[in-house]
Parts: sequence; structure tokens; C-alpha cells
Amino acid sequence: MAYVLRRLLEMVPVLLVVVAATFFLAHAVPGGPFDKDRPLPAEVKARLEEYYGLDQPLPKQLGNYVVNLAQGDLGPSLKYPGWTVREVIGSRIGVSCALGFTALFIAVLIGVPVGVLAASRPNSWLDRVPMGFTLVGICVPSFVLGPILALVFALGLGWLPPCGWGEPEHFILPAATLGLITAAPLARLTRGSLMEVRSLDYVRTARAKGVPPLRVWFVHALRNALLPVVTYLGPAAAGLVSGSFVVESLFDVPGMGRLFVTAIINRDVMLILGTTIVYAAALLFLNLAADLANAALNPKVARGR
Amino acid sequence: MKPPVVESLASESGWQRFRKDRAAVWSGWFLVAIAAVCFLSPWIAPYPYMEQNLAHSAMAPSSAHWLGTDLLGRDVLSRLLQGGMISLFVGLIATAVALLLGICYGVFAAEAGGRAEDLLMRGVDVVSTLPLTLIVILATVVFGQNLPMIFLAVGGVSWLTMARIIRNQTRELKGSQFVQAAESLGQSRWGIFRRHYLPNLAGTIAVCATLTVPGVMLLEAFVSFLGLGVKAPMTSWGLMIKEGADIMEECPWLLVSPSVVFALTLLSLNFLGDGLRDAFDPRSSRK
Repeated sequence: MAYVLRRLLEMVPVLLVVVAATFFLAHAVPGGPFDKDRPLPAEVKARLEEYYGLDQPLPKQLGNYVVNLAQGDLGPSLKYPGWTVREVIGSRIGVSCALGFTALFIAVLIGVPVGVLAASRPNSWLDRVPMGFTLVGICVPSFVLGPILALVFALGLGWLPPCGWGEPEHFILPAATLGLITAAPLARLTRGSLMEVRSLDYVRTARAKGVPPLRVWFVHALRNALLPVVTYLGPAAAGLVSGSFVVESLFDVPGMGRLFVTAIINRDVMLILGTTIVYAAALLFLNLAADLANAALNPKVARGR
Repeated sequence: MKPPVVESLASESGWQRFRKDRAAVWSGWFLVAIAAVCFLSPWIAPYPYMEQNLAHSAMAPSSAHWLGTDLLGRDVLSRLLQGGMISLFVGLIATAVALLLGICYGVFAAEAGGRAEDLLMRGVDVVSTLPLTLIVILATVVFGQNLPMIFLAVGGVSWLTMARIIRNQTRELKGSQFVQAAESLGQSRWGIFRRHYLPNLAGTIAVCATLTVPGVMLLEAFVSFLGLGVKAPMTSWGLMIKEGADIMEECPWLLVSPSVVFALTLLSLNFLGDGLRDAFDPRSSRK
């Protein structure tokens, strides 16, 4: 418990640094949110900037922002008048979360069994063929796999809609793209770590004393072998975040990734900050969750601290 | 007296081991070939990469245009070569940036030791959990999407793994007898770094660099894919893939050729990196 609290407290300074860095970067982006094709009258622009507090010196703006942030207020959106950033993000975050977790689920459901299968018969075709695929999977980025899947399943076979959002079948292609991309490194990791654990003394002992092979495999070896896999889920989530940018713009999904990209294009400083903070916080929490899961699996880690 | 290089014998047979790894050797040659044609593209490309010819727009591959033309009638093969030049450039230079940062940070942390080292490495752990892609995107936009800044931004976030590995290795070297001997003979820290750390780290650095290049190229392609990286009329593989994906129903060849070349290049880089590691890093060579 004390450990969890310490980790949570550690997040505060980290998030503050992220806020400051993003703040200055976002304000340094050339062009402002009120620049249009036809320039606004100087007076109107000045009033707008005064209204949003953009006329104050930057450090003061940052101070105000952090104070508001501490109260859970992410400020107003500059491009969607009448909306707060919280409302805008709230309307999108469900989509991205659903997509991300489905992808992670698919990745674990495919990646781990494939890794186990490959490690059970090393250097046979059962190992070589899937591992070849995973190597390809690592090198084919989401923005290549996505169009290929769309080309085959939507345009070629006509089974699924190529893009759009709202119906359940719209979910399949983006989730599959993200899931398959993440499954490849997971499978390789599972295989590698199983191979290592397999040759350890305690596994040999278990086998020697007559524990049934399947029990050795799943109870003795797999539990230990999964430790690095669980740890990898944190970084995998980070990969999913960048993957979601691509997938959301490819398949026309109204999620957070597209929100961030449009916020940059619109120079909506408040929205850029808001999305970055939400992403950073989400990743920090996922990493903490992965570490806790690791501790639950591994008594050595749990006792070590 | 020549300073000892640990495993100098092992690295002799390292090349022999490497040469037996056929996948890695072929990948190496493939990469050399790709790099050669891309960097020679200003002289050998069949057409200038930005020459538009609206009379020949969106043509499928033919004998005049081996890989077809895009919507503005530009030759895809020529653009592929020019885009490759940019992508490889970014890969190499951003990796060099990451290498420099990683070596400095890693060696510095190991040299500092104690609490400072713990703090520095904890910092790396924390930073690596952040959504760095967002920062890269922001930074490239801030600095006007020009090439040198893309190198810096991409390299600036890719050094974390490198720093970790270098620090671990340096820590081991620091405890070794020949470094302690050099210390007791009064050699300066800089001298130890130059004469003892660098030669012994060289193998690790080479392997690390090879394995960093694909990640860096992926990041650049990703940023370009979102339309926030390399700007027209220049192109990169990421940007070409995006342009192809936009109109893949009508002109699939615009998507296929950059995707295939990009994926093959990344694949070869990974093979090469794995081959080098298996050959030169005795600890991970057990398969």
C-alpha cells in the first residue's frame, strides 16, 4: 500500500514537468488559434485573447493552468466555442479506451498462446512459421497493416465497412490492426522467456520428480516466464497510443488520437495540453498496474521492497 | 602498452560467426544496395522526383514508369528513391544523435555512482513511460517541420534504451581490474573513458545503433504519415504510404511499393541487428 502511495506521489512531479514542457511547446507552435483565412479585426482578437487569458505573460498562464488543473479543470477549448476541454475529451475518450483495451486483449489472446506453442517445439515448423510471421509483424507498421487489412477485408471481400464509426462491425478492423501489431512482439517475448525458464534447474527438478509435463509447463514454467511479458504490457500500451493515432485517422474513428492531431492543426493550445496530460496520466497508471501485476505474480519482487 | 580490449579474441571469431548467419549477411547486402540507389538517386533516378506531368497522372506501372505515376503524374520510382534518401538520412542522423546522448548519459550515470546514479536511471525509467510520440509531433510542428529539427526531435526521444544498456556495461567495466589498475596508475577519467570504456563498449554500441535505426525510421514515417513531418514537395516513405493509403481503391500501386520497400528495410535492419548481437555479444548469443 505504502508502495502504491509512493508511486502515485511520484507521478505528480512527472506530470508537472510534462505539463510545463507541453505548455511551452504548444505556445511556441507558429500561428494562433484565432488566425483565419481572413484576419480578425485586431480589436476582436485582443478581446478574445483577453477573454481566454492569453494576453498574460506565459509563466503566469502556466501558473493559472496548473492551479485549475489541480481542481480538475482543463480549461476552455479555443476552437470549439462553449465547450470545455474536459467535455471535448470526455466525448472521445470512451472510443479510444474501448479500442485500446480490445486491442490489448486481442494481443494477449493471440501473442501468448503463439509464443507458448512455438516454445513447446523449438526449431520445428510449429516454431519457425509463427515466429517468421511475428518478425514480419514487428516490421510492418500499423500504417501499412491497416490499409492492407482494409484492402483485403473491406474492398476485396466486402465483409466489413472500410471506415466509419457507430456500428459494431466498424470496430473490427481498427481493433484487429492494433491488436495484431502488438501481438507480434508479445509472442516473441513469451517464446524467448519460456525458452530461458525451461532450462532452469527448478523446472528440471519438477520434471525429474515426475510432475506431469503439462503441469510443469503451465504451472511451473509459464508463471515465471510471463513476468517479462507482463512488464512489457506497459510499453505496449505506449505503442498502442501512437498506433491509435494512425488507426483512428485511417478508419475514421472519432477518438482521442484524431483529437490530438486536429488540435495541433487548429493550434488549440488548451486541447493539446489536455489530451497530452490525459495520455501521460493513462500511461503512468498502466505502467503502475503492470508493475503491481508483476509483484502479484512474483513473490520475490513483492518481498524485495 | 596497449590497453586491453576484453574479448578481442572473441570478436575475431565474431566476424566468422556473423558470416555464418546467412539472413544477417543478406540483410546487410540488401541494405547496402538500398542505401546506394537511394543516395545516388539524384543521378540515377529516371525522372526528377518533383516533375509533374498531368497528362500522365495516376498511370499503372508500365515500361516508361516502372512503378507507375501518382495523381500529379510524378514518377513513383523516382519519388521512392528520393523518399528513401530522406528516410535513411533521418534513420542515420537521428540514431547518431540518440547514440551520443545515450553514451554521454549512460557513462555519466555509471561514473556518478551512488544515489545520483539511482536518481538518473529512475529518471530514464519515468521518461520512457511517457507518451513521447506526442512530444515529437509537437516539437516537429514547433520547429516548422524542417529536416534538422526532425532529426533532433526523433533522436532526442530515442536514446533511453541506449542510456540504460551503456550504463549497465560501463558499471561492469568500472569494477573490472584493468580499469582499477588504470585508476591506481593515475589515469584521468577522460583517459579511462577514451582508452578503456570506448573500445570495450564499441561492440555494444554498434549492435544498439543497428537496432535503434528501425525504431527511429518508424517514428519519422509515423510523424510524416500524420502529415506533420516531412513537407511537400519533398517526400519520405511514411508520407508516400499515407498518400497511397488515401487513394488505395483507385491506385493500389501507390500504396504497395513504398510499403513493401519500407517493411523490407525494417526487416533487414532487424535481421542485421540480431545477427550482430548474436555474433558479438557473448551473453545473448545462446539462442
